[in-house]
Amino acid sequence: MSDSSSERAVLSIRGGALAFGSKTLWRDLELSLARGEFLAVLGANGSGKTSLVRSILGQQRLDAGSIDFEGTPVHRGDRRIGYIPQQKIVPDGTPLRGRDLVTLGVNGHRFGLPLASAKTRAQVDALLESVGASSYANQPIGTLSGGEQQRLRVGQSLAGDPTLLLCDEPLMSLDLAHQRAVSELIDTRRREHGTSVVFVTHDVNPVLGMVDRILYLAGGQFTIGIPDEVLRSDVLSGLYGTPVDVIRSRGRVIVAGVPQGDHHHHDEEIE
Amino acid sequence: MTLFDFSNYGELLALVQNSIVAAAILGIVGGLIGVFVMQRDMAFAVHGISELSFAGAAGALLIGANVVAGSIVGSLIAAGIIGLLGARARDRNSIIGVLMPFGLGLGILFLALYPGRSGNKFGLLTGQIISVDIPQLGLLIGISILVLVVLMIVWRPLMFDSLDAEVAAARGVPSRTLSFVFMLLLGLTVAVSVQIIGALLVLALLVTPAASALRVSSSPVLVPLLSMLFGFVAAVGGILLAIGGSLPISPYITTISFAIYLVCRIVGATRGSARRRVELVS
Repeated sequence: MSDSSSERAVLSIRGGALAFGSKTLWRDLELSLARGEFLAVLGANGSGKTSLVRSILGQQRLDAGSIDFEGTPVHRGDRRIGYIPQQKIVPDGTPLRGRDLVTLGVNGHRFGLPLASAKTRAQVDALLESVGASSYANQPIGTLSGGEQQRLRVGQSLAGDPTLLLCDEPLMSLDLAHQRAVSELIDTRRREHGTSVVFVTHDVNPVLGMVDRILYLAGGQFTIGIPDEVLRSDVLSGLYGTPVDVIRSRGRVIVAGVPQGDHHHHDEEIE
Repeated sequence: MTLFDFSNYGELLALVQNSIVAAAILGIVGGLIGVFVMQRDMAFAVHGISELSFAGAAGALLIGANVVAGSIVGSLIAAGIIGLLGARARDRNSIIGVLMPFGLGLGILFLALYPGRSGNKFGLLTGQIISVDIPQLGLLIGISILVLVVLMIVWRPLMFDSLDAEVAAARGVPSRTLSFVFMLLLGLTVAVSVQIIGALLVLALLVTPAASALRVSSSPVLVPLLSMLFGFVAAVGGILLAIGGSLPISPYITTISFAIYLVCRIVGATRGSARRRVELVS
């Protein structure tokens, strides 16, 4: 393996295995993520997508194998990993404005009063600008739309100047226009800064044009490859152990016939 | 019966000086912690903790122990149970729903068995600050200051955790420890409040000021400041009015607190509709 930092894998998982009780989520997982690579993680609910995210964040121990980030084992609270969660409803009683959400990305982990220095404020302004959120930066978060909130969360995740963006269903419950806007923000960051992206999603379509490789988890197994190698009826049928159809229609990919036993609705897989 | 009689006001004021200090600090602490109570959706938990705190205080009264200490023990047990078993909101509410009547019933049992004066009995439910002696007042003030200092230290990460525990954890915020510390602080604050305003009315100092502030602002700096101011005004104002009158302190505090809330609601609504009008025009 080359030692030059530009060629070294940003994230590498070797022999990774995780099980809950008798249920194996995945095992013998081998993954090497290159700088600036966009990896989509697909799979049914309960296939271990979120557990993979938690493992990379150092919040979940593997049963076997190892995960290295930038050459060292992952640990909790690594500032070089930016985390973007799915959109969620912010309760009315939340005394935070748009810019405060981004500010928390800069200094929220530090003890003390919520007062920002001039330097922090300037950094927050730049982050807001970079995700196009300046115009609603001073509005209460609770009054913002899901798409506006997600832009802010992208800004928040970029605060530590990450080399890896870990996105867990960031487009969930957004309308198409906002899905496009938010995924493009993430992709722009990747292209301009060489930030690698791990993008967990139940629907690959909004990011299909950006994805380099797909990691598909199902039934305790996985397959990994470029989209054309993975999103095929024979490959996914083999993975699920039952006939599954991958339908391509007008540039969209739909997976039909995913077994119900995976706690998962029909056709919802990638659609 | 006259409601107000301010003829010996100066002398009375000197007598209750320490009570005023205790109420002032509690008003400030309650206002601040209330912001987090609102954000973490724990108003019901506050009420649940206060009932067990009441049981603890009543138990202490019965066995002749320190009432404040009993109140703290009850509070911390409740806060511990809610913190341990009620990580998720739905579990939490059912646990509180179970704990609350049990605590209240236990407290009433202790009071029924207590042979002493009845004034003390109801004091725990409806407030008794004037009858708290000086050493105990010192204890209340000390606890309040401790809570205030710790809150100021954990403020920012606690705010992060309250907003989005997942992202905060990903950023390295020690989520579990913070939740535990918060429950501890909340338990202590409730125990102090029970002594001053009474178990049944704790929410007037721990929730109403923050709820009022949230009506008029959403700035992370202004909301806590306003909330602390509102809590301070209600607590101190309540005592100042009460010593000139013949009624207990609590109704004054709750009424001032409620009046502030009403004003804030009106101000918030007026501003909201003005903003909407501007948006329609632009």
